[in-house]
Amino acid sequence: MSIEHLTRHYGNLKAVEAVNFDLRRGEVLGFLGPNGAGKSTTMQMITGNLAPTAGKIIINGIDLLDQPKMAKAEIGYLPEQPPLYVELSVEEYLIFCAKINGIRRANQAAAINRAIDRCGLGEVKSRLISNLSKGYQQRVGIAQAIIHNPSIVILDEPTVGLDPIQIREIRKLIRELGKEHSVILSTHILPEVQMTCDRVQIINKGQLVFSDSIECLNQSMQATSLIAQFETAPSMDALKAINNVESIEDLGNNRLRIHYTESPAKQIAITAVNANWGLTELSPEQKSLEQIFVEITSSESTLEQSIKDVA
Amino acid sequence: MNTLTIASRELRSLFLSPLAWSILGVVQFIFAYIFLAQLNTFIQVQPQLATMENAPGATEFIATPLFATSAIIFMLVIPLITMRVIAGERANRSLSLLLSAPVSMTEIIMGKFFGVLGFLICMAVMLAIMPLSLGFTGSLDYGLFFSAWLGLILLVASFAAIGVYMSSLTTQPTVAAISTFGILLMLWILDWSSNKVADVNASGALEYLSMLRHFEAMAKGLFSSADFMYFIIVSSTFLVLSVRRLDGDRLQR
Repeated sequence: MSIEHLTRHYGNLKAVEAVNFDLRRGEVLGFLGPNGAGKSTTMQMITGNLAPTAGKIIINGIDLLDQPKMAKAEIGYLPEQPPLYVELSVEEYLIFCAKINGIRRANQAAAINRAIDRCGLGEVKSRLISNLSKGYQQRVGIAQAIIHNPSIVILDEPTVGLDPIQIREIRKLIRELGKEHSVILSTHILPEVQMTCDRVQIINKGQLVFSDSIECLNQSMQATSLIAQFETAPSMDALKAINNVESIEDLGNNRLRIHYTESPAKQIAITAVNANWGLTELSPEQKSLEQIFVEITSSESTLEQSIKDVA
Repeated sequence: MNTLTIASRELRSLFLSPLAWSILGVVQFIFAYIFLAQLNTFIQVQPQLATMENAPGATEFIATPLFATSAIIFMLVIPLITMRVIAGERANRSLSLLLSAPVSMTEIIMGKFFGVLGFLICMAVMLAIMPLSLGFTGSLDYGLFFSAWLGLILLVASFAAIGVYMSSLTTQPTVAAISTFGILLMLWILDWSSNKVADVNASGALEYLSMLRHFEAMAKGLFSSADFMYFIIVSSTFLVLSVRRLDGDRLQR
């Protein structure tokens, strides 16, 4: 799938502005952004729920705007709120979904059973959707999205409002889906992306501000500081004398943050033992995805601000 | 095919809701009451009718007035049935299931319309059974009977198309119901206001707009293609408008 120059305005509000990206087969793409960044709008456009103001959406070589029916058959979509008919039972609902997604009568039963199996709905398949818990309703929503075996599955914040156990199960399910389908996962929960995605895109104020593989993201998250805890106060000069140590921050109670260029952990430990400082903790401090996220999104806005100032 | 799938889902959901059953029950009770009252009058005046030449038969005396009164009742209940077809799905956020599936807007609207129409035909069949039961003991004019019944179905289909359109305009089913009711009531009022307008042309135009006037002709057994086309045009106009409205949701405003 490729998205070119996708734009959508709501009146004067530019919800999505010239977004370009590609999705390769069998890839799980995390779509990150703060609330109101344009994630849902982008997803709605990709699934044909909204028409873009400008831009092109090509799915498996089919233009979504020119041949919506053919293109939509390749997409499974779970919106923020699962689109359920709560008065139906799980099975009845999935039968309906199978039919409107154009699955042939002969293959319907197999498709439904497969979706039920994959989403773990076997026990509840004859119950009414309105009587199911939120987690199960979410799974029915996912079952609906994968029932016609689409090449692209688009999930909009699939773990919102679930308890931790359900979240873990849904993430496991998403990882499994990633083996057969291309998945786009929108979320504002960062660890979710770290756990499930191959590639990350960050959208802010309608523009794509970051797009890279999860490894690159992890690399940029690598530690540049150590946290050390001692029983007796160490001599700062001795520490500063160690190679590669750039600066030392005192966190109180003999707790220090040591910034470095190349990890001096080993040398610190040797020095501490020799000087009998009573080293009790020495750990690398990882930048969290949150920090990176804030850095990227805020630096972008300051950049914009400076551009405006110049103009 | 997709239309049929959506229609049967719509019909199924209707029959799973208490609203539809209570409408069926209450309306059937009222139909039965009108039928029995009409039957009672017919039996009372029968000795006089027997002396008349060309006297109206059971069909003219019972079935036609029953259908005419039922048209008013349909007008009152149809907004309640059509109100949620689109607006309700918008409110439940379930509309995106249909929008992201490989089905066209036309198929969605037609599916919704035929689903509702299926329910209304069930009601009309229940209504028709009562006067038809007279056929066991007396004689019925079936030509007149079915012309009137078909007229009723066409009228009801037009009402339903208006209801679907109104439902496609809003997110709140109650707003859809009120506005449908308003339009249907207005069309009914046009009918009697047409008698009060002095200008012949104006009154003719008002009369033409009135749906009930076209239905009355069919209820008298006068099946003219003009009346038939009138209902088809009204229904299809509102359905086309609904498709355009639903498509408009996607587009830039």
